Amino acid sequence: MLQKKIPLAIVFIFGVISILQYFVPHPLSQAYYDTMLKWMIGVGSMAIFLALVSFIRHHQVRLKKKEHAPYSAVALLSFLFMTLVGFIGGMGPGSVFQKMFYYVQAPLQATMFSLLSYYMASASYRAFRAKSFEATLLLITAFIVMFSVTTFGNYVPGVPKALEWIMAVPNMASKRGIAIGVSLGSIATSLKIILGIERNWLGG
Amino acid sequence: MVLNLLVFILAASGVIQVKDIPNDDGSRLKIEYRLPESVFDSAFLYRIQGNKKILIHKVANSSGVVIDEGLNYKKTYKYTLVVYSDTLKKTYESLMVKPKASWFDTSQFPLFIVVLLYTGLLLFYIQHARSGKSLYLRPIAGLQAVDEAVGRATEMGRPILYVPGLSSISDVATIAALNILSHVTKKAGEYETKILVPVRDPVVYTIAREIVKESYYSIGRPDLYNENDVFFATDSQFGYAAHVSGTMVREKTATNFFMGMFWAESLILSETGASTGAIQIAGTDAVTQLPFFIVTCDYTLMGEELYAASAYLSKEPLLTATLKGQDAMKVIILLVVGALSILNLFGVHITLGLF
Repeated sequence: MLQKKIPLAIVFIFGVISILQYFVPHPLSQAYYDTMLKWMIGVGSMAIFLALVSFIRHHQVRLKKKEHAPYSAVALLSFLFMTLVGFIGGMGPGSVFQKMFYYVQAPLQATMFSLLSYYMASASYRAFRAKSFEATLLLITAFIVMFSVTTFGNYVPGVPKALEWIMAVPNMASKRGIAIGVSLGSIATSLKIILGIERNWLGG
Repeated sequence: MVLNLLVFILAASGVIQVKDIPNDDGSRLKIEYRLPESVFDSAFLYRIQGNKKILIHKVANSSGVVIDEGLNYKKTYKYTLVVYSDTLKKTYESLMVKPKASWFDTSQFPLFIVVLLYTGLLLFYIQHARSGKSLYLRPIAGLQAVDEAVGRATEMGRPILYVPGLSSISDVATIAALNILSHVTKKAGEYETKILVPVRDPVVYTIAREIVKESYYSIGRPDLYNENDVFFATDSQFGYAAHVSGTMVREKTATNFFMGMFWAESLILSETGASTGAIQIAGTDAVTQLPFFIVTCDYTLMGEELYAASAYLSKEPLLTATLKGQDAMKVIILLVVGALSILNLFGVHITLGLF
């Protein structure tokens, strides 16, 4: 029972203090906030160790499965290699660690990011199939927006104005509607957790 | 040259007025100066701090305002303005002033009232729910489909993939995603369906692991918990996208949940999932990623629906009551925005100090 009561009490006390802290500019309040941030970093550092154990164990298990083995082997070898390189040669400018980061990891990440353009094309194709009234409306709107940002579209009378209106009125209105809902929802979620009504984060 | 200078010390002459800046941490003072002479060669404003004399501003005009920052609210300060013109040196001194550290930021008072009002509304509806009165919740397709999605994975004998977003635990969307994870795990546990939870953030990983474990315990099936099913993938954004995409393709997951905060990787994840034929339910408060999820997923929880999911799935009266509180607050906001817009049309501009 105490296993749940103690975390709930901690969350309530620190939750209420943190809400009040926002309205108190006194240095003591700032000192509290800075201390909380340091604690977050401290807890995060400890969690990194647990996460690494999970990473190694996960891939270790997958090595035994044929379809996962090559990928897990690459993941584990890369992890071990980078760890050794970092410990032996350091991570400073010109080190092997940094070169591996710039010439291997960064291009790999860029490759994944560039895949987005292909995914976007296929997703757009699906979205713009004029199957219903809403889809047709979306297609027309998308056409106006895309056309107006081209050099040619910029010179067609009325098109830049239409873009301006679409972005400033329907687009902005819906974005603001979602933003208000999100803000109220996030405050309500925070209050539910602080008051101990929402306990699913403790496992239910 | 120096010997020729005439030195005047005009203390508290009113040339320099030092005032405390309200609603701050006592680290700033406002110095207003108005020199009697309009023409001078050069002038310098100094802060006298114990025995030290620190230059804080080179004065160019005969009057002006300077904000001195980085002060300590426990100390007392004095300012001197030294003016040089021809062979004359005049020194004006201020009174000793101590900056005040405020205990309440009065500029945030309207926001404080709104927070109190909103908290009061939520507590009112919680109390209302405690009295046993039932509350109506509008159907949310994405949440109604959770059972169907878990059932589909069970029928196909394939695992469920649950992505709790890529943000840290300080993001409320991540907390909402973890709340939903608890429900989905319980449902998957009832059907004995495997659930895979790849995580990007180390802190979120430790919490997600405990949630899954506790959820299995709460339905009396601790035997279903496998610690390798909740795992830390990588903290690299696109590395994570690659890992999850690979998992979807190789594990042939039947159901994919994308809940929480997402950035550019949202489309990579959901489009890969769509290509594998999995049923997909997404939920995010990231406005820029919503269109991608809407296009590629079967169901999408938009914005606040993500936060409402936990209450909706649990059907717990106290949790659903908070949704009613949110709706009531939205009505108030709508009325205030409407009223202020009408007033604005008549030239009355009121912002309530909230912005």
